[in-house]
Amino acid sequence: MAKYMILIYGDAEQWDSMTGEQWEAHNAGHAAFAAKAGTRVLDGRQLEPVPTATSLRADARGQVHTTDGPFLETKEGLGGYYLVEAADLDEVLELARLLPELNHTHSGLEIRPVVEHG
Amino acid sequence: MSATEDEVVAAVAEAHRRDWAGVLGSTAQLTRDLDLAEECAQDAYAQALETWGERGVPDRPGAWLTTCARNRALDLMRRESVFRRRMPLLVADEVVPGPEDALNDDRLRLIFTCTHPALSPDARVALTLRLVCGLSTPEVARAFLVPPATMAARITRAKKKIAAARIPYRVPGPDQLEERVGAVLEVVHLIFTTGHTAPLGAHLVRRDLTDSAIRLARVLHLFMPANAETGALLALLLLNAARQETRTTGSGRLLLLSEQDRSRWDRQLIGEGQALLTEALRRRPPSRYALQAAIAALHAEAPSWADTDWAEIVDIYDVMLRLWPSPVVELNRAVAVGLRDGPQAGLDALAPLLADPVLATYGYLSAARAEFLRRLENWPQAVTAYEEALTLTDNEVERAFLTERLIEVREGALRPSC
Repeated sequence: MAKYMILIYGDAEQWDSMTGEQWEAHNAGHAAFAAKAGTRVLDGRQLEPVPTATSLRADARGQVHTTDGPFLETKEGLGGYYLVEAADLDEVLELARLLPELNHTHSGLEIRPVVEHG
Repeated sequence: MSATEDEVVAAVAEAHRRDWAGVLGSTAQLTRDLDLAEECAQDAYAQALETWGERGVPDRPGAWLTTCARNRALDLMRRESVFRRRMPLLVADEVVPGPEDALNDDRLRLIFTCTHPALSPDARVALTLRLVCGLSTPEVARAFLVPPATMAARITRAKKKIAAARIPYRVPGPDQLEERVGAVLEVVHLIFTTGHTAPLGAHLVRRDLTDSAIRLARVLHLFMPANAETGALLALLLLNAARQETRTTGSGRLLLLSEQDRSRWDRQLIGEGQALLTEALRRRPPSRYALQAAIAALHAEAPSWADTDWAEIVDIYDVMLRLWPSPVVELNRAVAVGLRDGPQAGLDALAPLLADPVLATYGYLSAARAEFLRRLENWPQAVTAYEEALTLTDNEVERAFLTERLIEVREGALRPSC
């Protein structure tokens, strides 16, 4: 078994314009994903919107700078994540397809294998 | 039962063509490390060159090579397990090796892993040629016009991703198969077209690539005879390959379809292609490969260039444009219109495509215009069009052909008109 991070990206403006009903359907999608994935989901969270982000970066002299905003300025920001456990990439791809983000063109998923130490 | 050196070399070459992917695939199943499996498979072929001369060529060379490669792998794994830090390993299911179709199964697993959609399209083609078809890295690099070091890096990166992201070494299950087969067929088609008109070099056709593509298409069709696209792609490749030997003169000059000696087209390949096509065209809607194969079949069946059913060909391009609009299909349709209705009609049909950015560097657009202008004896414009076409191809055979035509229209331009 291996661990994978499913990173959920989306366009915050589009998320904000969703109606209550749309959110309900969206959340039902996440519940369906969680039910299907069962114990394979090790962790999963929605993140506060991108404007709440704070970034830290060190310069060449080692001085740390604190800035307001996300590390990378992109149209689509990180909105949440799942940490899952699966036998291989195909299993994760199949699970991830259940996520409601794939019902919209303004959001999407990135899957990253997690490094296992030891 | 010793064999001569020539016999051994020929037998090893044949076993490389036919069984390389099976030998490598079966060894990878054991080592769960593509690099180690490659190393052991190569060792097995080297061993065959030595041993087969003394003891004769075995009855089942593929099985001999597989056993040899797997033994070598077991040996290395025992000896080096402490030193080699081979992680992460290839994710493979436990498989009980069967005696019969084992080599084919191993080859299929390898094909599906190399063409996994999580790999970049470039990497899929490169890995398939390297691991499934057994081409050397410089050969793969040459096919795609990149320096060998770049290709080596691309292949290494893809292998790392297979291991780190745990792309499984497995033929996908029924629910994913349909989608995955599409990706495999795309790779096979690209390998064939790259070999059919090599983008660079002294030869028009690279038989190593086209033969590899046909072999892959055969394996896929054998594995999935019910899939509409596998049969259609195999038909397309066979119908095109049937003309391969007549596409250049003995001295290597390019011969257009209109100039080729049709009596030398390979009737056996054409017959096989037609039978597969008949089957593929029963499906609704027809697959893209089936329509392309239908056009190839109309050429194969035509007694001469002049007697080709251009009207039917234009109709097929119309269907293709409706289902999969693309500037290249529009270009092909325009050419067919010109052949049906005459060179002026062809030029008129090509005119709107001149503004298409996708076709701006596509040499066949200039070449098609040049040909119609030449037939209209519009010499000055034909000169310009041939000059433009020449700047857009690096295949020497195509360049020689275009240069010859350019000289001809330049002479036309100098003749006093009467």
